[in-house]
Amino acid sequence: MATQRMRVTRRAVIAGLGASLAAPSVVRGQAAARVVVIGGGFGGATAAKYVKQWAPAVQVTLIEPADRFVTCPYSNLVLGGLRKMSAITHSYRKLSRRVQLVHDSAAAIDASARTVRLQGGSTIAYDRLIVSPGIDLRWGAIAGYDEAASEKMPHAWKAGPQTVLLRRQLEAMKDGGVIVISAPDNPFRCPPGPYERACMIAYYLKTAKPKSKLVILDAKDSFSKQGLFQDGWKRFYADIIEWVPVSKGGKVTRVDPAAMTLEDEFGTSHKADVANVIPPQFAAKIARDAGLADQSGWCPVEPLGFESTLVKNIHVIGDACIAAPMPKSGFVANSHGKVAAAAVVALLAGRAPAEATWSNVCYSHVTPDYGISVADDYHIAAGKFAAVPGSGGTSPRDANDAFRKREIEYGDGWYASITTDMFG
Amino acid sequence: MRQMMLAGLLVATPLGPILAQSALAQSPAAPSPDVTVLAATCATCHGPGLAGSGAIPSLKGRRSADIATALKAFQSGERPATIMTRLSKGWSEAEIDALAAKLGGAK
Repeated sequence: MATQRMRVTRRAVIAGLGASLAAPSVVRGQAAARVVVIGGGFGGATAAKYVKQWAPAVQVTLIEPADRFVTCPYSNLVLGGLRKMSAITHSYRKLSRRVQLVHDSAAAIDASARTVRLQGGSTIAYDRLIVSPGIDLRWGAIAGYDEAASEKMPHAWKAGPQTVLLRRQLEAMKDGGVIVISAPDNPFRCPPGPYERACMIAYYLKTAKPKSKLVILDAKDSFSKQGLFQDGWKRFYADIIEWVPVSKGGKVTRVDPAAMTLEDEFGTSHKADVANVIPPQFAAKIARDAGLADQSGWCPVEPLGFESTLVKNIHVIGDACIAAPMPKSGFVANSHGKVAAAAVVALLAGRAPAEATWSNVCYSHVTPDYGISVADDYHIAAGKFAAVPGSGGTSPRDANDAFRKREIEYGDGWYASITTDMFG
Repeated sequence: MRQMMLAGLLVATPLGPILAQSALAQSPAAPSPDVTVLAATCATCHGPGLAGSGAIPSLKGRRSADIATALKAFQSGERPATIMTRLSKGWSEAEIDALAAKLGGAK
């Protein structure tokens, strides 16, 4: 039943696409503005939905190759055995009733012709393009760590098969084994992610394989929510988690997947039973190929509306753009989607985008009953992205257990809300 | 030290009402801030239609005045919370009032 409906929907989408490519303006008798969105994740799905919501006459096309979206948020809970993959996997079916969904990959952007060429060969024209492609992993940035190595030493930094692989390795590991997480330097997707991951894996080890150890080799000396995480490690996982900062040899420079070793910059070799290598990252290929990224590998944007500073009529949002001090989080990408949608709608109507205030809230699980968070408001100050002075911060260090439990419950509520906000 | 504070107070006092008055006089003309994006941010946690989600309360059907009062109480710390105390501190009074006016009608 569900499959049949999906088939019908997809046929309708393809038919719709054909019609729109042939004669986008003839149907209505006037030229409907065309917005194309590349990437159906936290940024892109949100942007597509909100452009359509705020300007129903605009023709919105979302290009996303995957049938379903697996969220990085809550994927650490799958690693800890607290959630199934199905709980973090979402269908595009409902969103495809709101916007034109094209299940294909964007192969190239022609900014002067204002078209996107698809892997399948056809092209789609746009008036405004929103690019939200996420990250690519920098294969080779750690010597020996390429795509083949990730089948032995998973990154699990794009949720999906890699998450399943890492979970299976944890399940197969003997009690008394050593797990090594290699965490990258800033900037990278989900700054608190490696440390929540350590908590969730340690939770699994504590209950299923209590003689095991987990070492975090970190390419930096400080990290997101550090005090809160370290309080949690001391209380719940003191015998399991060891954190090695860069100053003490935390930076992994070479891996040997066959030998299952990770070498730090001081030449010390660490043997692992399970190795989770989270390598350095940059904006996904389509953005770099289109000339949207600078030499850092990330995409500079105008704060007002996230329009690229390098290519006109293209907005870059989510993890791929340079938006410090905002972290590269799902919540932030969703906020970018809304800010960019409002800006695009205004620009298409010939108005200047309005300045906005928006937020980030990011929950992390320390145990299934102990949650912590960071929250901030953002705006534009002196022409740059900035946190609103006096706003935000992390959960208090001295909060009681009831507070920690509420942050778990609110985190669960947030997850249900944001995924419905994107895909519902 | 105390003299300096008193001096400051004396100087500030006559100006205070004048500034407040001129701000008041200007406020009807000053455009209300555009809170389209900020209001949409509420849905990220409170859910589409602000109908709530699990432990996160619904805001549906609440009066604008009550929403504004709650947000100002979070901001001052008078009303405890986990997240809303931190988030509300980033919003101006004009933003809170505009937000409350917009959300008050949320269906």
